[in-house]
Amino acid sequence: MDAIVVDGLEKTYGRTVRALDGIRFAVAEGEIFGLLGPNGAGKSTTVRILATLTRADAGRATVAGHDVRSEAGAVRRAIGYVPQASGVDREATGRENLVLQGRLQGMRGHDIEGRAADLLETFGLSDRANALVRTYSGGMKRRLDVAMGLVHRPGVLFLDEPTTGLDPEARAAMWEELESLAAAEQLTILLTTHYLEEADRLAHRVAIVSRGKVVVAGTPEALKRELRGDSVTVELDGAETGRAAEIARGIEGVHEVTTDGRRLHLRVAHGAQAVPMILTALDASGAGVHAVTVARPSLDDVYLHHTGRDFRADDGEVR
Amino acid sequence: MSILSQTVILCVRVLRNLSRQPIWIAVMIVQPMFWLILYSQLFRRITELPGFGTTSYIDYLTPGVAIMTAFFSGSWAGMGMIEDLDRGVLERFLATPVSRAAIVFGRILQAAIVATLQALLILLVGLLLGATNGGIAGWIVILLAAFLTAAGFSGLSHGIALRTRQEASMIAVAQFISLPLLFFSSLLIARTLIPPWMQSLSLLNPVEWAVRAARGEALPGTDWGEMGAFLLLLGCFLALTTTFATRSFRSYQRTL
Repeated sequence: MDAIVVDGLEKTYGRTVRALDGIRFAVAEGEIFGLLGPNGAGKSTTVRILATLTRADAGRATVAGHDVRSEAGAVRRAIGYVPQASGVDREATGRENLVLQGRLQGMRGHDIEGRAADLLETFGLSDRANALVRTYSGGMKRRLDVAMGLVHRPGVLFLDEPTTGLDPEARAAMWEELESLAAAEQLTILLTTHYLEEADRLAHRVAIVSRGKVVVAGTPEALKRELRGDSVTVELDGAETGRAAEIARGIEGVHEVTTDGRRLHLRVAHGAQAVPMILTALDASGAGVHAVTVARPSLDDVYLHHTGRDFRADDGEVR
Repeated sequence: MSILSQTVILCVRVLRNLSRQPIWIAVMIVQPMFWLILYSQLFRRITELPGFGTTSYIDYLTPGVAIMTAFFSGSWAGMGMIEDLDRGVLERFLATPVSRAAIVFGRILQAAIVATLQALLILLVGLLLGATNGGIAGWIVILLAAFLTAAGFSGLSHGIALRTRQEASMIAVAQFISLPLLFFSSLLIARTLIPPWMQSLSLLNPVEWAVRAARGEALPGTDWGEMGAFLLLLGCFLALTTTFATRSFRSYQRTL
């Protein structure tokens, strides 16, 4: 049975901001599923609908077999929700936060104390358990956030941008913790992220979301495999990308050409063979080349391939 | 888990957090005493005016200061809700099965408990200054009136907080209502000395209901029926503002 089923959700904020435009996907039990997309793609809105915090205008969704609209109470008991913007009580201690969360989830006193101690241990917070959260570092606070989502042993955990705002070291530590967590507890995790690397590393399957819809879904490997060959990025000296793209399209072995500012993104069968040909052709046309990079396909390229837009540029747009 | 136990859990959370703020505690203790001493000196000779009804202004003042403190505490209570809202704490609560009403009730109860403790302190200081406030029965009525006043205005304040959702707007509204309600009452001065049109208007003012109930026992000619009626009116005010607060909570949820 699928732990999460999302079927054609639509949501418009105000009259004009179309956050969700018929998003559709399913997450199997025990799976870590990544919703990957730039800021403003509709990932958080989807999670907030699934966590019963807001309602969709149209479409259906079930979590742990319960309809998010008509059985909101049952959904709330079955899920842990770790919001993007923390949500810990800064004026309380780590332990108090966990105990309160357990109480609100209807747990009994004795059970809560033990569970809180275990989670503090798991997330490396034991020695600061009785300190006020406002004295915690960003990474500690985020780990407490995740622990709070787990206190009542939910079957489904929502992690909304779990590592946004963390420094690289804290992010790596969080990834390790999430990996061992998913292995240890029988958990279905729905993770949203705008870090391609994070989705690649943590998620069994990924759905790429753009403008309120799933563009493509699959395992990260399958998505990348689909894009045969390598990706070549050419950075030009001048802004004559249109003509350069025209020339590049004519080169043998080049499948796909997209432009973005002064950059050309090319999909080629063999990077090593194609680069000299590309350079020669561009040189002959008089277009100056500033830099060339060849890479194995990344989820970045998957995004570019399916939406025709650069991930980083889309991500920056909204901020 | 019942709404009541959830209310208590959420109320205890706020009280615990506040108990860690020494400056907050100091102000909560010092401010009512400051009012009591300031006003009793400032208006010392006011009882000489004909028609005041009592010769001891401190007797007159203690119930008034207890109610004023409860009224102010209640009016500002919504600020805490805005803080929870801004910090994502509220959203975290909403993703749990906890009763939505308990989230509001817990905060209203917290404001009422703080105000009742302040009222008790004021009565004790008043006693030192020579005001008996009608003995046990009088004290119980004053504490009850303080509880209902703080709870009632806290409901109003939370309703406004959940609708404005901004600290600056909340402050503006609280200030806009607090002084007029204070002066359209006999909190600081005898009712008979207020112009008749203001006396009539003041009967619509919950602060006046609280003052009349709280002061009934301390003044000569205690009218228990009238005090009971004013307490009942305060109870209705509390029911009304609590309804307003829970409705505002629902309207806030719709904006999510």
